[in-house]
Amino acid sequence: MSKIKKLSKESFPLLIKKISETQHVYGPVSQGKRISYQRISSADELASDFIIPDMSAKSFVFPKIEKLFSYTKNKDGVEVQDINLDNIPHRVVVGIRPCDAAGMESLKAIFSWDPSDPIFETRLKRTTFIGLACNQADDYCFCTSLGGSPGDTKGSDILLTKTDTGDYIAEILTSKGEKIVTLAPDLFQDVEGDLQKEKFLANVPKRFDNSDLQNKINAAFNTDVFDEYAMRCMGCSACAFVCPICACFDIQDETKGSKGQRVRLWDSCGAKLFTLHTSGHNPRETQGARWRQRLMHKFSYMPERLEVRGCVGCGRCSRRCPVDMNIAESLNQLIIDN
Amino acid sequence: MGAINEIAARLLETGEAKVVIGYGEGSFGSVRPAFARNQEEAEKLIYDKRCTQNLAMYVYKKEISPLRKLAIVANVSTLRGIIRLASENQIKNGDIITLYINELGEVIECKALSEIEICLAEITPEIKPEDKELIDKLDAMTPQERWNFWISEMESCIKCYACRQACPLCYCTQCAVEVNQPQWIPVAANTSGNLEWHITRAMHLSGRCVECGQCGEACPVNIPIHLLPIKLAEEIKNIYGTVSGMKIQESNTLSTFKPDDKENFIG
Ligand code: SF4
Ligand code: SF4
Ligand code: SF4
Ligand code: SF4
Repeated sequence: MSKIKKLSKESFPLLIKKISETQHVYGPVSQGKRISYQRISSADELASDFIIPDMSAKSFVFPKIEKLFSYTKNKDGVEVQDINLDNIPHRVVVGIRPCDAAGMESLKAIFSWDPSDPIFETRLKRTTFIGLACNQADDYCFCTSLGGSPGDTKGSDILLTKTDTGDYIAEILTSKGEKIVTLAPDLFQDVEGDLQKEKFLANVPKRFDNSDLQNKINAAFNTDVFDEYAMRCMGCSACAFVCPICACFDIQDETKGSKGQRVRLWDSCGAKLFTLHTSGHNPRETQGARWRQRLMHKFSYMPERLEVRGCVGCGRCSRRCPVDMNIAESLNQLIIDN
Repeated sequence: MGAINEIAARLLETGEAKVVIGYGEGSFGSVRPAFARNQEEAEKLIYDKRCTQNLAMYVYKKEISPLRKLAIVANVSTLRGIIRLASENQIKNGDIITLYINELGEVIECKALSEIEICLAEITPEIKPEDKELIDKLDAMTPQERWNFWISEMESCIKCYACRQACPLCYCTQCAVEVNQPQWIPVAANTSGNLEWHITRAMHLSGRCVECGQCGEACPVNIPIHLLPIKLAEEIKNIYGTVSGMKIQESNTLSTFKPDDKENFIG
């Protein structure tokens, strides 16, 4: 249903203003040395001239703390109160990067699988993504090696591409995107002819050929390539927490007196505690085994079971790894070796 | 082949070390920790201005520690980490050969821990100018402003524990945050959970921190979390005159009991 319109640079802030009259608007905001998706009330608050926010957009659908239900203990037992899905807000995220938006599809596959997660589903349904195509990239970006691109529309409801005049090409992609247009139809102009979106996109060279990636990863399972990773990776979990798709979680009960709530919190398969059994046995004993799991899950198990990969090539894990575990380099190496 | 490579190659050849922990070329002009287990890997070790990371945490890492004897390429931070670990009985003489590279670029091979102390005696530790600047800024704030600063920074904490994993002195096999019977610290990365986590960690590091800044470096959301333990280290220096990780014997400032202590809170 893709429709192409033009949104002038003057209209963009007006659009944000218009949307924020009825919904909460979020976008990349710079705070000291950190760029993260934050609530905004006007377009001036948006950060400019950066590659990608430090944290991904997954928190809109899979927040770092998710209350699942609350409970009260009384003399007859425990009374459980479900959370009220009606309280999940309608939100619009502006300036989400195409890789983060594409990551939503993978998250959806995870959370809709056996059984489907109503909280996640509702959050996703109530969030509108107005993507912004990338006009700059860095060496860590490798979306193109995994089928994505700096102008990929996947996961976005509207995708904006900034042109050299500062005006935007607006691709209206879904009914949620249409709804945004109907809020302020006058701001969107009709266009004629090809606006040559490609001209305004960053150049992200392909790092490797992914055609046989799954088999190659499987073939590497028992090789000694993971020995060096075992030594270097310190199991800090930064990679998993910044990743737009990593969805390992921990479940905790927070109790005060006779009341409490059960929460779902971000966790990481790279942490030794994640797989430690109460018996003391740990099926993924070494950091190498845990790092291998990270790769296997993203590039073998997820494609096998969910038909999506667990990675969109945003490069965050590698940018933020304190010991420079570079995932694109590892994939490339595994492809060459196997 | 530079001196580091020759020494690493020799130590591996003679069996004096099973692995040499050092630095190698990393992604896009950066450096990364590297591990030489054979001659070929020894040739790839590098040392230059970019090698500022404290590598001491690798000494006790489960995947490496069993390989002792180890050798380690060391800057001042790493030396201090090793001395501090020795003063906490995590390393003993003979476990590790330290290849300290001084400011002239000479490699000083220390086989005994006392030799590291001799190297450190020549050095006055300094923290990074940008850290000093932020500490001064925080010092100039009112307590309320400082509180607001930290609360706002900690809003961003996602409790990934990268700060802990990167720290050469966070070696507890079970961290206090992971104890759940009873649960001391809330697990969720909310205001109280984050605050309690960072206060606990800073207190546990006070008088032990070797001021390497690694915890802040590791933080994926750029919280200057290293300033908490570093500020405490400064306070301890001002009050007791001791600096952690310079001498094995002088290091236990906040955990030393003396029968003639002027405070009577213990007895
Ligand atoms: S960020 Fe790096 S060191 Fe930390 S767990 Fe991930 S790969 Fe390992
Ligand atoms: S695995 Fe790394 S590169 Fe891939 S999506 Fe996650 S953070 Fe991005
Ligand atoms: S600066 Fe941070 S990482 Fe370094 S010793 Fe102190 S607490 Fe640990
Ligand atoms: S590394 Fe940063 S985000 Fe992670 S727990 Fe430490 S302070 Fe929080």
